[in-house]
Amino acid sequence: MKPEDLLFTKTHEWVHLTTNPTGETIATVGISAFALEALTDLVFIELPPVGRRVEAGGAFGEIESVKAVSDLYSPVNGEVVEVNTAVADRLDRIAEDPYGANWLVKIKVAGDVDRSTLLSYDEYQKQCAEESH
Amino acid sequence: MRNQQATQLLFELSRPGRRAVQLPPCDVPTRPIEEWIPAEALAASPPPLPELTEPDIVRHFVNLSTLNMSVDTHFYPLGSCTMKYNPKRNERLASQSGFADVHPYQPETTLQGLLAILHSVQEMLAEIAGLEAVSLQPAAGAQGEMTALLVAAAYFRDRGEHRRTVLIPDAAHGTNPASAAMAGWSTIQVRSTAQGLVDLEDLSRKLSSETAVFMMTNPNTLGLFDGQIAEIARRVHAYGGLVYLDGANMNAILGIARPGDFGADMMHFNPHKTFSGPHGGGGPGAGPIAVTAALAPYLPVPIVVRTDRGGYRLDYDRPKSIGRVRSFFGNTGVLVRTYCYLRTLGPDGARRVAENAVLNANYLLSRLKTFLDIPHGDRCMHEFVASASALKASQGITAMDIAKRLLDFGFHAPTVYFPLIVKEALMIEPTETESKATLDAMAEALERICREPADLLHQAPHSTAISRPDEVRAARTPILKFS
Repeated sequence: MKPEDLLFTKTHEWVHLTTNPTGETIATVGISAFALEALTDLVFIELPPVGRRVEAGGAFGEIESVKAVSDLYSPVNGEVVEVNTAVADRLDRIAEDPYGANWLVKIKVAGDVDRSTLLSYDEYQKQCAEESH
Repeated sequence: MRNQQATQLLFELSRPGRRAVQLPPCDVPTRPIEEWIPAEALAASPPPLPELTEPDIVRHFVNLSTLNMSVDTHFYPLGSCTMKYNPKRNERLASQSGFADVHPYQPETTLQGLLAILHSVQEMLAEIAGLEAVSLQPAAGAQGEMTALLVAAAYFRDRGEHRRTVLIPDAAHGTNPASAAMAGWSTIQVRSTAQGLVDLEDLSRKLSSETAVFMMTNPNTLGLFDGQIAEIARRVHAYGGLVYLDGANMNAILGIARPGDFGADMMHFNPHKTFSGPHGGGGPGAGPIAVTAALAPYLPVPIVVRTDRGGYRLDYDRPKSIGRVRSFFGNTGVLVRTYCYLRTLGPDGARRVAENAVLNANYLLSRLKTFLDIPHGDRCMHEFVASASALKASQGITAMDIAKRLLDFGFHAPTVYFPLIVKEALMIEPTETESKATLDAMAEALERICREPADLLHQAPHSTAISRPDEVRAARTPILKFS
């Protein structure tokens, strides 16, 4: 996936929304390249089990680097339907493909997605530029 | 050349048959261990304990101790930790038999000296806090936070109020949200402004009738006193909420500003920071809390009170108390040191502690700002946060590189990468016990480091026994036992 096609949270998660054959909205969620760069070397990730209910803006897991532990925030309300457990074994290589193979969870969206809380790629880039000084 | 051998693991130094103690022959009848302990509870073989002579052991630990940097050996500007020099006098006084050898099960009548001191510490802390009542029981600052939050919960429960949330600024120490979660609250983060102070608009947006407590460190972790505190307290109180003051940075305002006067309803102290208790290694710690009169009935038991006949006793008869948070009456050793420290300084001396801590920090800040970015202004309280962002962007030199290189110059590193809201943060707290000459030497070392080649810094330190441990590998694949 190209980052230009994704939506972002202010807390540095990305989300890709698709509709599955049964008409449900599925949100694929990961963390941005900017966040990975800022976190530096990752040492641990905790992801939720399949079936966990998540709220938009609520934590669904946490990620630890040599600098700090950070919560991972869900961009949408819904239920976790798939977890990319393989990333835990390649934490040193997540940054090589943050928007593709290294997605973190897929969430079956409940209700409508509140797009006012999400940023376009350009808006997100602007936020990152402000944060990096 | 260093004696590397003696700093090997005790298991590596072990040789079969060596021993440091000669036990006398057993003079009572023995029975096989199987007759005492069921077979299924016995290990297949004895544990492989290291076998060493007394000189082996003494050399091992003495050599290890020389690899350490401490306040007694080096300037230690570890931001947020208030690594002031701890007067040896306090150690000597606290280790006197009347304090060190008493037992909590002794009758109170034989503990009057210690109880008098604890009572006095309660009163001194209440006076410094500007609050009504004190509990000395919590065993550490973070437990003090949790105890105060449990006190708040009991207070709201007693009033029939159902509140759910604790608001915490993004500059807070990690213990604040952790303590709130442990006490059963859910936490909401409040943003800081670009100036590093509480964003009042964000606070107001997040305040509601569900807000139980607003936890605040003031001065905050950027070393800035948030002058909006009275307005913040007014807004929190308007919703019926309580203001908690994290006393981590009391060294900046000791004897100058009282948290109770600027709106705090409860707070904790860190005796190991502010009142010269040992930072680890010197016995267990304490995190006394002070609260308003309205919250006093809920404090843990026991509290030291005066008797009608001029003595002291432990008061357990407090029906609204949340109960105990620690066995007996807490860890008294560090509280005796607190007493010695405060009685030595007196009120005026305590105030000078804060004045000199702030003066030293501002002096160091004014020297460093000529070659390092200080993102949050050119004045501070007891500490300030520099940023290595520019060096990282231009040469790839990180805060960690600078911190590690400082060890080669004989200075302990500052705190790095905290607070999280500053990129490449170097958090520096010189404390009041350092001379101008020491501060100058540290500033000069830092200035020189900032001009050194990146490759040299990436590999620093160069003069220590261990250069740079692989923290990533250690965290990802830790080896937790010797084999």
